[in-house]
Amino acid sequence: MLLISCPHCGQRNESEFIHGGPARMRRPQDPSALADEAWVDYLTVPANPLGPIDEKWWHARGCGAWIVLRRDTMTHRFLPRSNDGS
Amino acid sequence: MAAEPMRLAQGGRIDRTRTIRFTFNGRSYTGCAGDTLASALLAHGERLTARSFKYHRPRGITGAGQEEPSSFVELLGDDQSGSQPITTVQLRDGLAARSVNCWPSPRFDLLALNQLFARMLPASFYYKTFMWPNWHVYEPHIRRAAGLSVAPDADRVVGTYETRHWHCDVLVAGAGPAGLMAALSAGRSGARVLLADDATEPGGSLLGRSAQIGGRAAIEWVSAAVAELGAMPHVTRLSQSTVWAYREANLVVVTERAPATPGIFQRTWRVRAKQVVIATGALERPLVFHDNDRPGVMLASAVQTYIHRYAVRPGRRAVVFTNNSSAYEVAADMRQAGIEVAAIVDARAAVPAQAAALVPGIEILAGHVVAATDGRRALRAVRVRPRAGGAPRRIECDLLAMSGGWNPVVHLFSQSRGTLRFDSGLSAFVADVAQQPCACAGAADGRLDLPGCLEDGANKGMDAARLAGFTGSAAAAPAASTGPAVDTLALWHVEPSGASDKAFVDLQHDVTVADIHLSLREGYGAVEHVKRYTTAGMGIDQGKTGNINVVGTIAMAQGLPPEGVGTTTFRSPYAPVDFGAMAGARSGPVVLPYRHTPITAWNIAQGAVMYEAGARWRRPGYYPHPGEALQDAVNRECSAVRESIGVYDGSPLGKIEIRGPDAARLLDLLYTNLFSNLETGMGRYGVMLSDDGLIFDDGVSFKLGEGHYLVSTSTANADEVYRHMEHLLQIERPEWRVRVTPVTAAWANATICGPQARAFMAALGTDIDLSNESLPFMGLRHGQVAGLPARVARVSFTGELSFEVNVRARDARALWERVMVAGAPLGMTPVGSEASHVLRVEKGFLSLGHEVDGTVDPIDLGLGWILSKQKPDYLGKRALEIRRGNPRPRRELVGLLMEDPARLVIEGAPITPHGARQAAEGFVSASVWSVANQRAIALGLLTNGRQRIGETVHVRMKEDVVRATVTAPCFYDPKGEKLRS
Repeated sequence: MLLISCPHCGQRNESEFIHGGPARMRRPQDPSALADEAWVDYLTVPANPLGPIDEKWWHARGCGAWIVLRRDTMTHRFLPRSNDGS
Repeated sequence: MAAEPMRLAQGGRIDRTRTIRFTFNGRSYTGCAGDTLASALLAHGERLTARSFKYHRPRGITGAGQEEPSSFVELLGDDQSGSQPITTVQLRDGLAARSVNCWPSPRFDLLALNQLFARMLPASFYYKTFMWPNWHVYEPHIRRAAGLSVAPDADRVVGTYETRHWHCDVLVAGAGPAGLMAALSAGRSGARVLLADDATEPGGSLLGRSAQIGGRAAIEWVSAAVAELGAMPHVTRLSQSTVWAYREANLVVVTERAPATPGIFQRTWRVRAKQVVIATGALERPLVFHDNDRPGVMLASAVQTYIHRYAVRPGRRAVVFTNNSSAYEVAADMRQAGIEVAAIVDARAAVPAQAAALVPGIEILAGHVVAATDGRRALRAVRVRPRAGGAPRRIECDLLAMSGGWNPVVHLFSQSRGTLRFDSGLSAFVADVAQQPCACAGAADGRLDLPGCLEDGANKGMDAARLAGFTGSAAAAPAASTGPAVDTLALWHVEPSGASDKAFVDLQHDVTVADIHLSLREGYGAVEHVKRYTTAGMGIDQGKTGNINVVGTIAMAQGLPPEGVGTTTFRSPYAPVDFGAMAGARSGPVVLPYRHTPITAWNIAQGAVMYEAGARWRRPGYYPHPGEALQDAVNRECSAVRESIGVYDGSPLGKIEIRGPDAARLLDLLYTNLFSNLETGMGRYGVMLSDDGLIFDDGVSFKLGEGHYLVSTSTANADEVYRHMEHLLQIERPEWRVRVTPVTAAWANATICGPQARAFMAALGTDIDLSNESLPFMGLRHGQVAGLPARVARVSFTGELSFEVNVRARDARALWERVMVAGAPLGMTPVGSEASHVLRVEKGFLSLGHEVDGTVDPIDLGLGWILSKQKPDYLGKRALEIRRGNPRPRRELVGLLMEDPARLVIEGAPITPHGARQAAEGFVSASVWSVANQRAIALGLLTNGRQRIGETVHVRMKEDVVRATVTAPCFYDPKGEKLRS
């Protein structure tokens, strides 16, 4: 039961959230500009590292905010992450 | 009742004034309050209490607590429960217990025939034997022969399981000397403390020894400490409570097995602690030698506990076998309790003088080992020889107190992901680097001397309080009695004299040293593989006493140090936990509550058979008249809709209101067709794709005003579509100005459908002009219906003229009652989901879960027109194009008319070439009796279906093959004139 820091609600139990998968690059505005392989990769190849990953959580049973957090997939520790993603 | 011949006249923590009656394997016994089942049986001299799991060897009681590996019982009657260690069953009046794994009794066990087949049953025998023709032929018999206990068949009646959520500054696991000192330090600093201990009274190891603290009996010191803690309002102390899980972010789970609150059977505490002090003590490990499993072979510390805590002599004439000095105190205690100690067999070549000084007059055989034991149903003698080899000497005894060293109980520390290191002085794994805010204290941290425990506990408790933000100093550790330093010699197993030696490392699962060597020979050398290959450490005791010997045995065989072998992963629960304790109040309908529309009660009163219709909604399936069968009711409801008038509840369909300047842009991105050109007061059917180009959802969405839309979704997907929208807006398009609000439950509706719908609405009463010119198909109007504020939409899932009357949820019941009254003269019929399913199949309208199974796109379903050519982009457009760029044939929606018009096929039945048993070329997605056509009809997905209209295909049913003609997927009013009327 992770303890997740929601920027609006503070530290809340994992059970209030729904995991939304790894954070991805923003959906391109013009998909037709990409080659087929690039679009398929965008859709089907998610990040899956052993170590820190940026991922989305939806505070569905709280404020309803979608947030992006950085978690270490081995230790489950949440790591600091600045707004620009570094 | 028979007297208790092995009960000591004085001493013990039992209450001799309260006699308890119990039965064991059908025989009656007495015990005292405070006894466990084990201590009471030992008091009667009962030593044969179990049979082993695989070989059905006679077994007795090895330990005194949760670590017990040999004897398991199940409780009968009101206390019925599955297997528990015999040592943890608290005696209570009327207790009835039975040994598991033997029949009819441990004394005479028919299942012991297994022993004759022992050679065929080594570790992992089931991977190599009992294979032909099929393992499943043998499995039930093997399971029965193993004789595991039976799952309780009655619901517990004596109380409920409660869950409590708790925060504290310091959680202390264990109320032995270290734990009590930690709690005192932290409590005195003002920190909020939770102290949990799994025994019936605090004191831990002090309960089983005669130690001195502060110049008095240790038990008195315990009472004083507990009294001081009890006076602190910020300290909570739990007894008979096992801390069984250590999870992320210092979430620790504790289950109180006997809370004082009446009516609460067990209470589980889910605790977020700022700091955790793990003062769980250390467990003694057994020594491993041939026939080390006989009844009468016990852990030395267990013998000591039975003497001091339960006033029981576990035997009359004992031998001690040890590789360390802690057993010498036990020898002295045994002698004082009237047990004759025939010899101390010490594997160490030199015995420390301090240890020998405890046992003047007892023969010490240094540098010797026990190589074997004698006796069939109980120990009669041991065979002792020099460690280096030599002729064995037989010593008669009925009790062997063995000590193989001590393992700090690091389970919780390891569950918290803390790393372990091997301490060669203790020959045990100890805590190394913590990964969460916790620390081990006392014997759990490898401090085996009492003064060290007290001091360490005090310091660790104060450290924890300080880290939690409190100031103060560690409690002063009182002086305490201390014995000789433990001085352990590593002795993982005595060298076997033959390959057939039965030297058990895991008593519960009958795993021997030979089994481990077999595993290594077969190539399963990694410690996790050895565990699973041999099943060592996989029993109820989870290898608390045996795992370290397994590691040591592997290390010896492979020439590695124990740290080179490592340990298996420690997992929760530390001790068995009731499923009910984990669930707490989350059981039965509370776990997955149904969603009800406001007229559920009305439906049930009408005799509706209720179904679950997606997303946990309860909906009526059909409304049978008394004595009416399902098909007759469905036919009647369908006829009503096609010929006159019906009403159904479409409230569970998802509804989401969208508002904002960018609302239209949102719909254009979500749907495949254009929505931004929709007029106010009109709706449009739309299909949503997921971004990989497959159908995700469909529904009719309306424009209510500028920047204001009402999206409707399928029932099952309402939550998913809302999530999809929020994700899109917050993650991908945070700059768009639009808000979405789910309003599914805020609106209820009664959907009126049938040729008489307009006439009926006039009878019901409305101020809305419902003429075709004023309210065309797909239109939406506001006004009053039956005296209630309403939105009326002309949408049709049944294919008939239809008015969906939406009212506020609180008005739903009133609306329905007025509908039924106004509709009585016209024969108004309530319609359930079975009938609406038939009606939509006749029309060929799609339904998620039937035709839409996550693998189809709109073109497959004949909806190519819904893919906008104008829009440069919408979700799924690109992927759909890429997918259709692949020339492989696709399954398309078709209708099927069976050659025999009365023959119904089943949903999901495959369509195969010539009906042969080969890969399907399609399947039936829906199959119903069509009242309008008076024959069976079906829809299906068929490879290249649209090009094959008119062909005959074959549907494979279980018993036969059904021939059917492929048709267009619509069996009623293909031009849609009725719903546009």
